[in-house]
Amino acid sequence: MHPAGPAAAVIAQLWWVLLAGATAIFLFVAALIALAWRRPPGETQERRFVVWLGLVFPMTVLAALLAYGLVVGERLLPRATPDLVRVAAEARQWDWRFGYEDAPGRETENVLHIPAGRPVDVAITSVDVVHGFWVPRLAGKLDAMPGHVNVLRLEADAPGRYEGLGSEFNGAGYRDHRFTVIAHDEAGWQSFLQGETP
Amino acid sequence: MNALRRHRALSRIWASEPGLKGWFTTVNHTDLGRMFLFVATVFFVIGGILAMLIRAQLASPRSAFLGPDHYNQIFTMHGTIMMFLFAIPFFEGLAVYLLPKMLGTRDLAFPRLTAYGFWCYVFGGAMMIFALLAGIAPDSGWFMYPPLSSTIGAPGINSDFWLIGITFVEISAISAAVEITVTVLRYRAPGMKLSQMPIFAWYALVTAVMILTGFPPLILGSILLELERAFGLPFFQVAQGGDALLWQHLFWLFGHPEVYIIFLPAAGAISTILPVMARTTLMGYGWIVASAVSLGVLSFGLWVHHMFTTGIPHMGLAFFSAASTLVAVPTAVQIFAWIGTLWKGRPVMHLPMLWLLAFFATFVIGGLTGVMVAIVPFDWQAHDTYFIVAHLHYVLIGGFVFPMIAALYYWMPHFTGRRTYFKLGHAAFWLVVPGFHGTFLALHWAGLLGMRRRIDSFAPGQGWEAINIIASISSFVMAIGFALVLIDVVVNAVVAVRGSRDPWGAGTLDWAMPTPAAPYNFASLAHVTSRDPLHEDPDLPVRLARGEGYLGDPTRGRRETLSLDIASGTPRYMVVFPGNSALPMLMSAVTGLFFLGMLIKAYWLVPISAIGVIACALVWVWGLGRSTTEGALPVGRGLSLVPATEVPDPPGWWGSVFLLLANGTFFGSLLFGYAFLFTIAPNWPPPSYLEPGALPLILVLMGAGLVFFGSRLGALMGAGAALAGLVLIAGTSLPVLSQSPDPTRHAYDATVWVFVGYGLLHCLVSLLMWSVVAARRLSGHSAQTTLGAMRVARLWSDYTLLVALLSAAAIGLPGVLT
Ligand code: HEM
Ligand SMILES: [Cu+2]
Ligand SMILES: [Cu+2]
Repeated sequence: MHPAGPAAAVIAQLWWVLLAGATAIFLFVAALIALAWRRPPGETQERRFVVWLGLVFPMTVLAALLAYGLVVGERLLPRATPDLVRVAAEARQWDWRFGYEDAPGRETENVLHIPAGRPVDVAITSVDVVHGFWVPRLAGKLDAMPGHVNVLRLEADAPGRYEGLGSEFNGAGYRDHRFTVIAHDEAGWQSFLQGETP
Repeated sequence: MNALRRHRALSRIWASEPGLKGWFTTVNHTDLGRMFLFVATVFFVIGGILAMLIRAQLASPRSAFLGPDHYNQIFTMHGTIMMFLFAIPFFEGLAVYLLPKMLGTRDLAFPRLTAYGFWCYVFGGAMMIFALLAGIAPDSGWFMYPPLSSTIGAPGINSDFWLIGITFVEISAISAAVEITVTVLRYRAPGMKLSQMPIFAWYALVTAVMILTGFPPLILGSILLELERAFGLPFFQVAQGGDALLWQHLFWLFGHPEVYIIFLPAAGAISTILPVMARTTLMGYGWIVASAVSLGVLSFGLWVHHMFTTGIPHMGLAFFSAASTLVAVPTAVQIFAWIGTLWKGRPVMHLPMLWLLAFFATFVIGGLTGVMVAIVPFDWQAHDTYFIVAHLHYVLIGGFVFPMIAALYYWMPHFTGRRTYFKLGHAAFWLVVPGFHGTFLALHWAGLLGMRRRIDSFAPGQGWEAINIIASISSFVMAIGFALVLIDVVVNAVVAVRGSRDPWGAGTLDWAMPTPAAPYNFASLAHVTSRDPLHEDPDLPVRLARGEGYLGDPTRGRRETLSLDIASGTPRYMVVFPGNSALPMLMSAVTGLFFLGMLIKAYWLVPISAIGVIACALVWVWGLGRSTTEGALPVGRGLSLVPATEVPDPPGWWGSVFLLLANGTFFGSLLFGYAFLFTIAPNWPPPSYLEPGALPLILVLMGAGLVFFGSRLGALMGAGAALAGLVLIAGTSLPVLSQSPDPTRHAYDATVWVFVGYGLLHCLVSLLMWSVVAARRLSGHSAQTTLGAMRVARLWSDYTLLVALLSAAAIGLPGVLT
């Protein structure tokens, strides 16, 4: 995980929190089990195990976690902002085509151009089977469903090339169902829109 | 009569036929349970070999061992075999073998149905294996998403094998589920209240009900997809009003409960074995039952978490994310109740206990990663990567395979009547468990590094090489360990010395019989007043063998057992089971021809074999009737009861109720699918809706009235009225279909045809049932002995009229409203 955009960064941070929490809980449970051998048998309170550990403990942890997850989720939502860029992604076996709101009629194949440092909404659809759109370093994934359009918000912090993948199994060519995202600086983006650099 | 003479007499009555013939004609649950377990294990080995091929391919980058076309078949079949041909049937086998013994009765509620289900499983599984060997196996992944799995993405016969083969196999799941439900509710040792049942029976009950409500959406989905593939009915094709998302909903509506259908039986085994290993009783019996039930219920509200990346609306995501984390709570209750049980007792490290510790270590991690992927933003990253592959194996192997191995070692003395002898099992344990974690712990990380699942090879230089080679080597270590477990079991079964009757000192009735089990289980049925009857009364086995319980007298020379009141456990009537018969196998072979005809598009075979199935069913049902009454007969301990042929709610009536539960879920799923397409799918409305005239409406209402009121007039009059009503209802399909002549035009038309087909099928079934009732009366059966059959027929015809009315409303309303 090498996040290169705000969405992916938030998710990476979420992962470290989850990992720490999970490790702690696992060690706690393991210790409880080990103790069963280490202690003299005797009165054991059903209430303590079933109610406190079984009900109250997970409920508290989960409630906290869920709240955190929802907050993170909010931040990933495609919200209206003034400098928003809209592009379209159309998947097929085994190819990607991209269109641009700011350059009507312009279509690129297997290369998606975006401006760096600005939020981009990708409108994703498919013309044949179900595909998945995924740029691991920039955002989570979203499926391309035939007949539906799903919108994914992504943003690249810095100009550069990022690998994109088809992320829903789609038959014999799945492994190589890839594309490249090129994030331009402002000048590069303008000249792309003018139709200069491909 | 002494114990030995009683044993001989009962064995003569209950035994399967000797030799090879016995395999095909047995209806005995002990035999069939063992056969189920054996065949399921064979499929585990096949699925395991496929897993080894996968790991061999992925051991190094740019591997050229398998190309994508083979690789795709292999991972699809690995998943499919493990889920449908290993896990579920293994549970069925265990339940078939154990339940009657734990409940203290002599067999399952419908012995011939057990056999029918078993053979459907064998024949359906054989179809799948044939496809695998012939290189034409399904290759769209175990969840078979269309359009990839439909004619667009998979024009060959591959997907048809999945859709038809698995549906065939599901017959066995449904029949086992009906059987388990009725057995747990109505066939226990007299006196055993619901609250005194062995905990495993509770889990089996919850699992069975979940199968009844969880599998129908998948069966519906498979039928719809096969209709699309074979005849072009466009349920999943967006251009004609279908939607690929519909499949995903139907599949996961099944698929999530499926995970718990696999886990709950394992939890049942754990709850049974753990207290024995800790030499105490289970902590929080009531809590555990409650949490099993709530897991069952909750698991039907979670399916969307498999679809977090499909563009579900935001509020939906939040809801299902919350529900998915909530399901961890009842799981936690069970885990901590088990740990509390360990604290309460003095645990001993026998082999089954060792495997239970492996379960804890593995399943807890799987549960924690499960909570992680329930958090939507994280799932957006982890979805469809090796993180998910690792998570699901932690849950499935940790939560099912390990506990099942514990169960295997725990009940092995019961299966074989021998003491476990060699220490091979310990060596196996130390290969499997570290091998497992070496394989899948590493793969979590590969997923986070962006390794997608289902890729057939990977390029070097992405930091994945070390992880994959570690995973592959570990997986071979694990496989050797599993092989050792199997060798250990076989060796022990063959050469170990005879053991004592209750080697672990357990308290449940399964240990109150000589082992290996006699075909009749108990020479007489115990009267149970507590949860651990064997602890209460250590002499119980001897007294039962001496015939001091119920039905200890074999002189009537037939297979007798008792059926109880559900809650209180008071005996209600006596049941006489049918004997050995090849009919179940024959009928499932003919059923197989039906599916085969569909598969190879030999459509002439379909109606012929359908008639064959009906003929078998009629022979089957006719044999169960009895023309005269016997009245109350002595059943031992001073009690007299009437046989089931003379009561209004015979076992067949109860079986019908639960079969209709599954059937109703199927119809409900159809309504759901229709509503889904109507509201969500693009390209609606269709070119035209039906314009229902007054005539069909009047016909349906008249038919429904006749069926409902007429069928309450007694056997002969009722049959006549029901038959007339059913014909009227069936007749309305003509005007309906004439308005929607082309089912391939739009998903709406296709749905209309499915509603009509479903309705006609039920008209036919009810018609046949009422004909049997009428034929019995006409051939001289008494009113008393046809009462039960008549109530069964009425149940089905009432269901049919309900279906007819709902279907009419569903397909007619849009036309009326627009
Ligand atoms: C015996 C040890 C096992 C090994 C080494 C193993 C290995 C694997 C691997 C590497 C994959 C990923 C294939 C891919 O995505 O390309 C996979 C998929 C899968 N496995 Fe296993 N597995 C094992 C046992 C099981 C068991 C016991 C079950 C179920 C009870 C199971 C159920 C599945 C399922 C459902 C999939 C997904 C298939 C799909 O993507 O369509 N596996 N397994
Ligand atoms: Cu997916
Ligand atoms: Cu799920």
